[in-house]
Amino acid sequence: MTTTDEKRPLTRNIRAGAEPPDVSAYEKSAGYEGLRAALKMTPAEVQDCVKKSTLRGRGGAGFPTGVKWSVVPMDPRARSPKYFVVNADEMEPGTMKDRLLLEGDPHQLIEGIVIGAYAVQAARAFIYIRWDYKRAARILEHAIREAYERGYLGNRILGSEFSLELHVHVSNGRYMCGEETGLMNALEGKRATPRNKPPFPQQSGLWGHPTIVNNVETVCNIPHIVRNGPDWFKALSRSEDGGTKIYGVSGRVKNPGLWELPLGTPLRDIIEGEAGGMIDGYGLKGLLPGGGSTDFLTPDHLDVPMDYGSVQKAGSRLGTGTIVVLDDRTCPIGMLISLEVFFARESCGWCTPCREGLPWIARVLTAIEEGRGETRDLDILQFHTKAIRPGNTFCALAPGAIEPLESGLKFYRADFERHISEKRCSYK
Amino acid sequence: MLSDKEREEIEAEMARYPHKRAMVPEALRIVQTHRGWISDESVRDVAELMGMSAEEIDTIASSYNMIFRRPVGRHVILFCDNVSCWIMRSDAVRDHLVKRLAAGPGETTKDGRYTVLPSACLGDCHHAPVMMVDDEMHGNLTPEKIDRILERYT
Repeated sequence: MTTTDEKRPLTRNIRAGAEPPDVSAYEKSAGYEGLRAALKMTPAEVQDCVKKSTLRGRGGAGFPTGVKWSVVPMDPRARSPKYFVVNADEMEPGTMKDRLLLEGDPHQLIEGIVIGAYAVQAARAFIYIRWDYKRAARILEHAIREAYERGYLGNRILGSEFSLELHVHVSNGRYMCGEETGLMNALEGKRATPRNKPPFPQQSGLWGHPTIVNNVETVCNIPHIVRNGPDWFKALSRSEDGGTKIYGVSGRVKNPGLWELPLGTPLRDIIEGEAGGMIDGYGLKGLLPGGGSTDFLTPDHLDVPMDYGSVQKAGSRLGTGTIVVLDDRTCPIGMLISLEVFFARESCGWCTPCREGLPWIARVLTAIEEGRGETRDLDILQFHTKAIRPGNTFCALAPGAIEPLESGLKFYRADFERHISEKRCSYK
Repeated sequence: MLSDKEREEIEAEMARYPHKRAMVPEALRIVQTHRGWISDESVRDVAELMGMSAEEIDTIASSYNMIFRRPVGRHVILFCDNVSCWIMRSDAVRDHLVKRLAAGPGETTKDGRYTVLPSACLGDCHHAPVMMVDDEMHGNLTPEKIDRILERYT
């Protein structure tokens, strides 16, 4: 294992602009050794290993992966087949990290899927990928064919008792398909609307069978955890939760991009270090730490470590870990319009607060931006931040849409008031 | 009526799903690949194969962004106007694109060459502003770059 291997397991095979490693190249980088190790363990031991690693979901919600798996019924009388699904429907505004892993090292994902499916004894697996990730889908299809040829997929994998069929399902496109119960409805061929929980997917998911849905980056961590052990994984991190994280920065920074760094790397190191700081002539006004559904943080928060607990303590969420930077020459209200128009457009329409509330928010924000706002509009926006709450909506997507709005109203109050009093946007 | 090719492709995929009706979204996409868009007749064709009503098929078709229930041009431009692209002034690039094509979001150019559609975040935010033409991503867009890209598709 090289030093880079130790520190950046997820991206160790990824070179910018290069084709991803084929199965032979992947094998040479200790590829499929995690699978070989897993098949020598019992499924319960694999689950235990992942639980001890403290891996948490990298798709946005941050649920502990091992705990999620542990709810799958392992009784031989459980409904068969069980399903293992990878959520590759990356569509959160400002988020581009899973594309890197899908296009850059497809066998890493496949190996993670086989180990994960083995741990919960799933016989069928799907990669649910968004329509627009054409290159990623082509790369995956090719890698899956290679994996079947080498005996990493199919019947009696590597001579064991375990068998798995893996198929890529290309989505027809909808933000809602990335919500795990919406994703299951879409896979069943229905409209992508959310389902009630309970029952949880682990007990009754796809077609009523036990189902695991995990994010791409989450699954890519699995081979390394099994191969190197939970203690190694925990030591990668600078926080109480194990591992590295693929962080990203977009906006007016000198070097926008993606980097694999220890979980818990401070915001300052990412924005001023990796991303090179702001472009000359632009100042940092704020940022969304983990994609479009997270609360704004301000330049005062630059020393916050980017891990689940610290970002939450600072008033936001780690989310997808892809940072969107707002500069001081860009209107925060315009930024909110871009976000809320997206969420309104993508609402599945299943529940009223989201279907009716989000377009209303977008219209009020647009009126303020165009100089038609009134002071009471701020109360209307504030009302919506209370009305569109977990508990009032069917799924978590609408409350996610509220996070930047609520924090935007708090941090950029002066900008709102100025738009209303001057009847124009002073950034134009 | 579905062509033999369409039927063959749909049936090949069907083996992967335990229930026939799970194939509706893939069947729609396969038919769209052959015909460019999903007309009422296409909806009826898929309905017949699935043993479902045309209305059931349409309620599914109309809920997905990438199933086109109206004709589109020979090339579809997915233009990203989401947060990172917006910050990087995608508006100015979009205005140039719309002026150049004389077709706004949701419209097709008179010569049937391009349809412009606003898109969900395309997941290439460190190259913002971006757009996708058919299967190809284009990043770091400027008005000049847009001109060069548009010449490449016929």
